[in-house]
Amino acid sequence: MKTGIVGYGTYIPKYRIKTEEIASVWGKDADRVKKGLMVKEKSVPAPDEDAITIGVEAARNAVVHSGIDVKKIGAIYMGSESHPYAVKPSSATVAEAIGTTPNLTAADYEFACKAGTAAIQTSMGLVSSKMVEYAMAIGADTSQGQPGDALEFTAAAGGAAFIIGREDLVAEINDTFSFTTDTPDFWRREGQEFPRHGARFTGTPAYFKHITGATRGLLEKTGESIEEFDHVVFHQPNGKFPNAVAKILGVPKEKLTAGLKVVDFGNTYSGATPLGIAAVLDICKAGDKILATSFGSGAGSDSFSITATDKLLEKRKTQKTTVQKYIDNKKYINYAIYAKYRKKIKAI
Amino acid sequence: MASNSISLMWRGIQQRYNLIGTKCKTCGQAFFPPRKNCPKCRRKGQIEELKFSGNGKVFSHSVVHAPPEGFENQVPYIISLVELEEGPLVTAQIVDCEPSEIQIGTKVKKVFRRVSEGGKSGIINYGYKFVLDR
Repeated sequence: MKTGIVGYGTYIPKYRIKTEEIASVWGKDADRVKKGLMVKEKSVPAPDEDAITIGVEAARNAVVHSGIDVKKIGAIYMGSESHPYAVKPSSATVAEAIGTTPNLTAADYEFACKAGTAAIQTSMGLVSSKMVEYAMAIGADTSQGQPGDALEFTAAAGGAAFIIGREDLVAEINDTFSFTTDTPDFWRREGQEFPRHGARFTGTPAYFKHITGATRGLLEKTGESIEEFDHVVFHQPNGKFPNAVAKILGVPKEKLTAGLKVVDFGNTYSGATPLGIAAVLDICKAGDKILATSFGSGAGSDSFSITATDKLLEKRKTQKTTVQKYIDNKKYINYAIYAKYRKKIKAI
Repeated sequence: MASNSISLMWRGIQQRYNLIGTKCKTCGQAFFPPRKNCPKCRRKGQIEELKFSGNGKVFSHSVVHAPPEGFENQVPYIISLVELEEGPLVTAQIVDCEPSEIQIGTKVKKVFRRVSEGGKSGIINYGYKFVLDR
């Protein structure tokens, strides 16, 4: 059964902090950090924003883009590693805020940075089995990096929402393949404010093994080759990793350009691969093929083969928001304001 | 809003999340918060639910420098009377902009934000705020 994207929406908070600003506070060489991570600035949520508000804005944009009757959305899955509540579903608040309640199923996902793509896969299953007409998958995060840690340069905020259906698709999802193992590369224990990670261990046995595993598995399953794809999106914790994994898989650099947005707003965790796919959909041609592979620490990858349709171009004429519009709508803040907004000052 | 009043918060969810109010079919006047009777048409009034577009303009505004508890990290912030395009005035914060960017008549649109929270362990109240509509 054919399934795909009926509409999509994105959201990135307005505030940005530059890599130089964070580096100056912690006595790091900004040029070296920028060159190493290939991130020039990251998005920062306003003090009244969280994963739910980002999810709602992305979901509302997706509803407008799709033009469907929201009451026909039978499922909402929201992936995040920064759900505002430990117990109380973000997905139910999103459902209420877009007006799909009460006749739907909803649940929250967590799989580090790949919870958003896991939500897409679940949505595909429910839609293709005709359990629901439409399902919404959201990946949204306001990720935290411990002050002074390497992650602080990239841990950003943003999200994307996809409405998955069977008809009137702006992009067909041709197939998907996942690769999962128990790999302790990055974690946050219950009740802990900041995550911990295995530094260099997050590379070869984690990011690279799983992304190559899922991508090669997908290509083997579908019989497609890298050459057939016009755009490639890999999970982007920084700019360096996706470029390195592209080299391993034989993906030319220019195929990464449209979907590699980490340089402009940092790592949006569960939102990262979904935002990369959305950024490609914002600019690609009808018939373009997109290969997208997420990565979530812990660890796993979901790989997707996607083909844009004529309908995408039709809807683009009335599309109100794009990833680029959010990138351009920004305001810089200094480290002190950032620390206040992110509640890193412990005396208050 | 009292942060410990769960039922009060819950009853207002539709209003706060989606700007759901009412309208009198007889005279056309829109109400937010929703009214069950039209004060003008009285018995002849016919009230129906109305979802406001969320577009409006600044009717008046003020800048808060001495905040109530829970709003300290947002100071200075803008509190405004927003005139919705359907007519009613609503009180709300205008966020993601400086006070110098706001004038009477400035166009704004609704966004979904955290409005208040019951400390570190209480319920988070979400609802409408406004940003500049550029």
